[in-house]
Amino acid sequence: MTENSTLGTDWALSWIRECARTVGENRSELVRLDREIGDGDHGENLDRGFTAVLQKLDASEPATPADVFKLVATTLISTVGGAAGPLFGTAFLKGSAAISGVDELDADALVAFLAAARDGVVARGKAEVGDKTMIDAWTPAVEAARSEQESGGDAHAVLSAAADAAEEGAASTEPLVARKGRASYLGERAVGHRDPGAQSSALLFRAAAETAGS
Amino acid sequence: MTVGLVIVSHSEKIADGVVELASQMAADVAIIAAGGTDDGRIGTSFEKVQKAIARADSGAGTVIMCDLGSAVLTAETALDFLDDGVRERTWIADAPIVEGSVAAAVAAQTGASLAAVLVAASSAGRSDALDQDGDDASIPSPSPGEPRSDGSVDAEQSVTEIDLINREGLHARPAAAFVKLASGFEASVTVNGVDAKSLLRIMSLGLVRGDTLTLRGSGREAEEAITALRDLVASGFGEE
Repeated sequence: MTENSTLGTDWALSWIRECARTVGENRSELVRLDREIGDGDHGENLDRGFTAVLQKLDASEPATPADVFKLVATTLISTVGGAAGPLFGTAFLKGSAAISGVDELDADALVAFLAAARDGVVARGKAEVGDKTMIDAWTPAVEAARSEQESGGDAHAVLSAAADAAEEGAASTEPLVARKGRASYLGERAVGHRDPGAQSSALLFRAAAETAGS
Repeated sequence: MTVGLVIVSHSEKIADGVVELASQMAADVAIIAAGGTDDGRIGTSFEKVQKAIARADSGAGTVIMCDLGSAVLTAETALDFLDDGVRERTWIADAPIVEGSVAAAVAAQTGASLAAVLVAASSAGRSDALDQDGDDASIPSPSPGEPRSDGSVDAEQSVTEIDLINREGLHARPAAAFVKLASGFEASVTVNGVDAKSLLRIMSLGLVRGDTLTLRGSGREAEEAITALRDLVASGFGEE
């Protein structure tokens, strides 16, 4: 066990603040990706959602990581407007339920959190790996996190493995034809473009790993 | 107390327009628009959908009509947050938003159950819903006079012919009035071979002033149904 073997509410808060920062910083890149194969509002919607999340967090004092994530979930669901609201919102909602009442998240709890979040997105969006959606980032990330945890990695190592896999997963959407979402109307024309939801998911995973420190 | 409808569209104008169109044929049904985001942009709003469900639900249930994919995601998420009792009677229809909403509204106006309204909405979306040969898979109505599989023949059947005299023909409001009346009877009724209880099928016949309707009824109340429908057509639907 290392010093960073568990992550608490402070980490949850700094992760979400980092999410808001990185989404803001990458807003125009996400808009650009979404203009290529979607309706062009992904960066703007997600930025608005996380800005609202920051305001909510400033006005409340969540006691546990699950409390933080539940607040994130309900705020994203009610403020984002596009598909990303229900999808990311459901991820945080189902993830928070899996770690309800836990003060300090170890590698095991983080894997449970990520897997439940991913399952929530799958249940909501009914997408599979290869459909050119955010699931192409989420599922490899969850698998990498689990494999890292099973080989004895600590919380930070688990999140780093997840972030690496999510970034690879997001890149893997480029050659795909979309089978879900607005891009599915484009057929072959979606080939060569990265899925914006997979890209924003990868940003959130990277933010999680970076704020977990080492 | 009728089944209510919620119209979820990315566009506020589309949702409002569908409400306007469907309400024309279903004056007593709560049809609530939930279009656009909270600040009036293109998108869907969780809160608008939640509030619309609360307004549409009178206890008889609510059918939610959606346009593009993420409207369904928003509606499903709203369902997750409903109380169990309300969630059980709130359903999302798999149907095109315009045709499905009109069909669902007319069904609700006739006092149809939640399940029947849902069927009306989804059968409006099938490519065969508008063919004119009369074999609608969703509403089995055996041809009058034909032997059933057990060899029996409908004892009660009734046939009559009548000319359309009203200005609009069997379209829009008159068609809705016709379907509403037909739906009030247990009998299976056809008009020129199509189900008299299916608004879209009736409208697809394109019957205009001067055309002749052949009304056939079978089963219980066949005679009464045919008489009432003939009288309605003869009355000119209150038009000139």
